[in-house]
Amino acid sequence: MQSFKLASVVIGMSIASVSFAATEVEWWHAMGGANGEKVNEIAQAFNESQGAYTVKPVYKGNYTETMTSAIAAFRAKKQPAIVQVFEVGTASMMAAKGAIYPVYELMSDFGQPFKASDYLSSVTGYYSDVDGNILSMPFNSSTPVLFYNKELFAKAGISSAPTTWEQMETVSEKLLKNGVSCGFTTSWQSWIQLENFSARHDVPFATEENGFGGMNTEFAFNGPTQVAHIQKMSEWQKSGVFSYAGRRSDSAPKFYSQECAMYMGSSAGYAGMKRNTSFDFGVSQLPYWESKIEKPNNTIIGGASLWVLKGHSEEEYRGVASFLSFLSRADVQADWHQFSGYLPITHAAYGLTKGQGYYEKNLGTETGVIQMTSTTPTANSKGLRLGNFVQIRDIINESLEGVWSGQTTAQEALDSAVKRGNALLRKFEKAN
Amino acid sequence: MIENRPWLTFVSHLSLLFGIALVALPVWVALVASTHPTSAFGAGHIPLWFGDQALQNWGSVLFDNAGSGVDVPVWYMMLNSLIMALGITIGKILISLLSAYAIVYFRFPFRHLCFWVIFITLMLPVEVRIVPTYEVVANLNMLNSYAGLTLPLIASATATFLFRQCFMSIPGELVEAARIDGAGPIRFFFDILLPLSRTNIAALFVIMFIYGWNQYLWPLIVTTDDAYYTLVMSIKRMLSVDNGDVEWNRVMVTTLLAMLPPIAVVVGMQKLFVKGLVDAEK
Amino acid sequence: MSVYFPHKKLPYLLLLPQLVITFIFFLWPAEQAFEQAFYQEDPFGLSRTFIGLDNFISLFSDPIYYESMLVTLVFSFSVAFLGLSIALWLAVMADRVIHGKLAYQTMLIWPYAVAPVLAGVLWWILFDPSMGPVALWLKYLGVNWDHYLNGDQAMILVVISATWKQISYNFLFFLAGLQAVPRSLIEAASIDGATPFKRFWTIVFPLLSPTTFFLLVVNLVYAFFDTFGVIDATTQGGPGVSTATMVYKVFSDGFIGLDLGGSAAQSVVLMFLVGIMTVIQFRYIERKVEY
Repeated sequence: MQSFKLASVVIGMSIASVSFAATEVEWWHAMGGANGEKVNEIAQAFNESQGAYTVKPVYKGNYTETMTSAIAAFRAKKQPAIVQVFEVGTASMMAAKGAIYPVYELMSDFGQPFKASDYLSSVTGYYSDVDGNILSMPFNSSTPVLFYNKELFAKAGISSAPTTWEQMETVSEKLLKNGVSCGFTTSWQSWIQLENFSARHDVPFATEENGFGGMNTEFAFNGPTQVAHIQKMSEWQKSGVFSYAGRRSDSAPKFYSQECAMYMGSSAGYAGMKRNTSFDFGVSQLPYWESKIEKPNNTIIGGASLWVLKGHSEEEYRGVASFLSFLSRADVQADWHQFSGYLPITHAAYGLTKGQGYYEKNLGTETGVIQMTSTTPTANSKGLRLGNFVQIRDIINESLEGVWSGQTTAQEALDSAVKRGNALLRKFEKAN
Repeated sequence: MIENRPWLTFVSHLSLLFGIALVALPVWVALVASTHPTSAFGAGHIPLWFGDQALQNWGSVLFDNAGSGVDVPVWYMMLNSLIMALGITIGKILISLLSAYAIVYFRFPFRHLCFWVIFITLMLPVEVRIVPTYEVVANLNMLNSYAGLTLPLIASATATFLFRQCFMSIPGELVEAARIDGAGPIRFFFDILLPLSRTNIAALFVIMFIYGWNQYLWPLIVTTDDAYYTLVMSIKRMLSVDNGDVEWNRVMVTTLLAMLPPIAVVVGMQKLFVKGLVDAEK
Repeated sequence: MSVYFPHKKLPYLLLLPQLVITFIFFLWPAEQAFEQAFYQEDPFGLSRTFIGLDNFISLFSDPIYYESMLVTLVFSFSVAFLGLSIALWLAVMADRVIHGKLAYQTMLIWPYAVAPVLAGVLWWILFDPSMGPVALWLKYLGVNWDHYLNGDQAMILVVISATWKQISYNFLFFLAGLQAVPRSLIEAASIDGATPFKRFWTIVFPLLSPTTFFLLVVNLVYAFFDTFGVIDATTQGGPGVSTATMVYKVFSDGFIGLDLGGSAAQSVVLMFLVGIMTVIQFRYIERKVEY
């Protein structure tokens, strides 16, 4: 058996060296900027490590654009073999059984080693089916954290980062008194202020275990805890404690320019933060309301995973499987984690990074990992699995913007978002 | 003017200069922004005076690569834009000349129907029927190809309509005379109609070139291979960055370079451009 | 025209390329959109169910759709009004000056050549609440500019971006219209002692009304259909749905929201509207040409 394997490897290698035309595997991704260059580097490293396959990364714009253009391409039978889909697209991808090639199946079909236990459970939980099979390959996972401007804090005489929302208020007011024009701003409001907020406070975002339990899920983010929080934020928007600046990460410049002293954003924003700030900043865990929960839950992940789409040749899939194996190698993952600020997705990569002393040298980079793995995920904090969620996020965005501008109350806005969102969930249930 | 009112003349000049300044303001800011390093934008306000990175920025955008998300240089995308713009322009003019000729100079069954079918395409923009059009083009295997970039946009009736007007204004006696001379429809087309429509064709060329060059959504959707990226659509690629920061300096260089060719056409061929506009909308 | 060539096959041959292109890239997709409007389909196109008029019913019972109609109207009329007033003012001024008319014209018409998406990007960065110079000046004046949050300000921004490009077009037509006003009329009025201001409103402006009406139609059509790039590059319909015009909504519901049936139903509604507008415009143009 062993010798047979060896023989096939040798034959395989000789074939590879004879045929110059390597099988091309297209990979659509949404990594812009420095991370995009890193993606190209990873692909190149893989291509150079063997001769049979060439992975060709194609940048397709932001997450939404990448996902929607892959779907459009699938309809037209021009889909890439691998596409990077952000976490909110997960349910839509899972439901498209005829379109995806589950990663666990792919890996076993082509004899690549693949064990769920090698990966951080809070990461794979998001991408597994009810039987615990991993359907898509985790690639870049992040979790929201709080960035704070140490220099502005020092000027205002504040020694440590706020850990609770109660402290957020007092700290911000202190900052405002000391001439800072805004306490904090947030990116990805639905993800951070509602989805993660609910997880952290152990309240449901949607029924049926946030959708893990079945497609008949309904939204529940208009509960008293969430409403109170959003209402408070709308008051803060008026007083300057909070300042809204866009749906995605458009608010980061407010932090860079020191207009806002704190910024809630993806842990993966670390590299950009380093590049764009001229001041000393710290990273700390997402605050929680002391009055609502004693010990906060873990946060949930954001970011994206890699889905394999059907409709390609066996040879291509062989290449995909070998590329995915390459991607989860501890050294590749650790390098990616340290470069980008995304979470290490395997225990090995986490261990390797720790062993290299990276976290001591770069204070704050471990915050996200710790926060996400701090507690055992509950039904409310293992993630979301909701159909049509891309569109629903926009509905939530629209409603929250209404609150920030003072047009509606938090209760009205969240009620209407729940109602509109439920309609889309039903539509999704019907279509699948 | 009728009478000399110096203050009124002064106000006129002042208004015009103010108007020009207002119209040029965004370009000025873009020009300034294009001379700074990326870091100048992250941390605060856009500088109001030129920085010292002009050569680096312009040079690398033009010749290395446009910016994050676009791995080809601007000169290369300019070439793509040019091919697309010329393809659309020439295609439109050719098929419209032929169809207008048929509609004006021939009487045949279903003439009205044909005219209406063509005319319907005049107004519904590609944005509105984007999903099915994409699928059609994909079925025809034309994604990531120059044919896919140009052909669907040739289907518009503006040019047909314009040539129809132009042909109708040619006196009937000319046609009569040509027929007496024994000229067939083909000879008439080449010897009389084409020469008479020369300026119209040129004017339309200018307008259609601008239209073609400025296409945005369609190229954005049908191209996934940066070998076919056009300049105008590449802006979107550079702007929609989820995982990183927008490189405003490079975006501005690319924006300015994308504006340059059509502006040069408008300014350089102003007479034809004005004629084209007036004709196309008559 | 009364002279025709007596050919049976040639005209069809001549029409063929245009018709083929129209059929493949217009009628076929339009038919598919029409069909799609009666189905519910999953995004990947793996299954579809006929649901009759459900898409239309949910469309017309959705307050958001009416809101987007309102947004479209407000946007289109604002663009038309602003574009026409500024252009008329500039054209009147340019018509007055004797020296440098062509230079002024050149300096004013070039924005026509700029793609709407680029116009959007340029104004976007000027008004960016945290780094744009105009937003900064407004802050000094006490205006808290934030188009991420304030729907009215976002609307103002897209109106400005869309208008900027259109001024040059209107300017050219107004200038041509002004130059066609008979000088003798103005001279007569000025002998009667009418001030330039009065002369303009009583004599010149009424004579310009066909041009104005024509430009109004063209500007409305432009704002309706050709401003997709402006919105996509700047607000993407937000905040809320305060800048989501009907055309933008078709795209965003269909291509981004992946609600193909709902988007197709909107396409059908728009096609219907376009049909009506085409007929009106066609009548108007025909009359104008043949008197």
